Amino acid sequence: MTDTTKDTILTAAAGNAATPAASGPPVVPPTKNRSQWADVWRQFRSHRGAMVALVLLVGIILFVSIGPLLWRIDPTFVDIRARNQGFSLAHPFGTDQLGRDLLARLMAGGQVSIAVGLTAMGIAIVIGSLIGVVAGYFRRLDGPLMRVTELFLALPLLPLLLLMVTLFREPLSQTFGSAFGIFLLIVSAIGATSWMQAARIVRGEVLGLKEREFILAARSIGTPSHKMITRHILPNVLSPIMVAATLGIATAIITESALSFLGLGFPPDFPTWGRLLYDAVDQMVLYPARVIFPGVLISLTVLCVNYIGDGLRDAMDPRIRGR
Amino acid sequence: MLSFTIRRLLLAIPTLLFISLVIFLLLEASPGDPLGDVPLTVPPEVRERMRAALGLGEPWPIRYVLWLKQFFWVEPLHWFDQIFGTGFAADMQRIISFQSRSPVFDVIAQRVPQTLTVVGMSYVVGILIAIPIGILSAYKQYSWFDQIGTFVSMIGFSMPTFFTGVVLIIIFGVNLQWFPSVYDTTLVVRDFDSFLAQMRQMIMPVTVLALYNAAQISRFMRSSMLDNLGQDYVRTARAKGLSEKVVVLKHVLRNSLIPVVTVIALGLPAVFGGAIITEQVFKVNGLGQLLITAIHGNDIPMVLTLTFIFAILIVVFTLIADILYGVLDPRIRYD
Repeated sequence: MTDTTKDTILTAAAGNAATPAASGPPVVPPTKNRSQWADVWRQFRSHRGAMVALVLLVGIILFVSIGPLLWRIDPTFVDIRARNQGFSLAHPFGTDQLGRDLLARLMAGGQVSIAVGLTAMGIAIVIGSLIGVVAGYFRRLDGPLMRVTELFLALPLLPLLLLMVTLFREPLSQTFGSAFGIFLLIVSAIGATSWMQAARIVRGEVLGLKEREFILAARSIGTPSHKMITRHILPNVLSPIMVAATLGIATAIITESALSFLGLGFPPDFPTWGRLLYDAVDQMVLYPARVIFPGVLISLTVLCVNYIGDGLRDAMDPRIRGR
Repeated sequence: MLSFTIRRLLLAIPTLLFISLVIFLLLEASPGDPLGDVPLTVPPEVRERMRAALGLGEPWPIRYVLWLKQFFWVEPLHWFDQIFGTGFAADMQRIISFQSRSPVFDVIAQRVPQTLTVVGMSYVVGILIAIPIGILSAYKQYSWFDQIGTFVSMIGFSMPTFFTGVVLIIIFGVNLQWFPSVYDTTLVVRDFDSFLAQMRQMIMPVTVLALYNAAQISRFMRSSMLDNLGQDYVRTARAKGLSEKVVVLKHVLRNSLIPVVTVIALGLPAVFGGAIITEQVFKVNGLGQLLITAIHGNDIPMVLTLTFIFAILIVVFTLIADILYGVLDPRIRYD
């Protein structure tokens, strides 16, 4: 046995005990310290679209997070004498109908939009993986939980979201303050209505995993159920969960901006990209740029996230990886 | 197959009942008051009588059952009466909208044609675009056509429809003045000129929705074609000397269309939901616009009925997709 093959087998045995699927005979010339994540990263880097998307997305995130520290105009500052201005040095992207600086508003809006996307996805993924793992692992709960999932899939989601947001915005904004109340409402509404896909995918994976030998081995030494799930099941369903999570961010951002666009999202003094677009539609004939900027930012973010999801799916799939 | 269909139909009933209950309770839990706009000078006893007139006096379980009876018994009876001229439902209360005080189903019937022409047309156009693109990009996998197709369809479902719609309005409605930016629903197609006007105003909303649908369906078509192109029967077909056209368009295409047809069926109700936004952008007064005005106006019967109709569409089309899959693919058995 040559040194290199011994090395691969050793790393495969040591690093990937919980992921036997990933430890197939690698075709890529092995290097030192190969871990599963390094493998995934290497495969991910070879997906050109996903890499470009990752760079762009990091750029957008820097723009909305670091940007306000450098560009210090308050996004809600009303300068009525400077309203409807075009591009200038003082306002690179112009100002809106109340003289608020559009660049600052785009940054602030992006923070909210991306925060909504991430939080809603987080809620959806937690619910989805929980239901998926429980349904897949405990046979007795499989039937009822999948019935519930099907029920949720049959709900008309956009109408229901619209309903929930209109009905509960007042009481929630009274108890939690207008901005945080609406944030909480929108995030939980989107999260509670988009976990079903994740649950189905995770359940399928868990059902497949349960038949594998390492699960049998773990069971034979008396591993309790909660340890089984946290040590053996969850790490192995991590890749479909991550892919679903990435795509979930995109859906959540689109849903939030759609709600804002219908006038049922955040309050007017609280910019999000969807809200900026909605506010600009009234005057799109005179100032089309105000519609274009937030729209392009939404589309670009979602496009990047989708491409990253695509790349992740390829990178996480051990059958494709290493080819 | 028949027993499967019957079993699924029976299962659909509790599902729909549950969904209607969820929607009803959601509306019930809402703090909004349909009498909120009534001035405070109205004395409380008159206010109470107004509540009773709206049917709000009873506790919610009774109102829920009443609504169910109206939806599943009175309304169908009423349609039956209208068709056959009988009088079964003459003295029965139909579902009445709080806002317009007219039967909910009459208002819906007025709005359905607009939604159906725009949404239905866009779905058909989307499918017609998507299938050839899917076939070609799968057949020439990783060619420049495939790369561009992948990129464009990625953009297609990353751009929200409200943004594409607004961009189209700015370009074609405002700058080029080719198409009207507002959909005129009062237009009646009588002669060639009005037909042309109808076509012109439909182009933009249909394009927006069609692009969005085409983006998704073409991805499904591509991956389904790819799955089939690698199969053994394709090699056999080629080996026995069939022309490439017959192999791809007859053998592979037919097999790849099976999952795509079900995806198309599954996507139809979602299109109705997604059209809410497009209708809002182009000011089409269809079902989506009706729902939004009803939500804003606290029109509980209208919201309840409309949302429930959307739910029925989803359940029915899921069922259709499952049955179609079994009918088209003899390998699928539901026993």
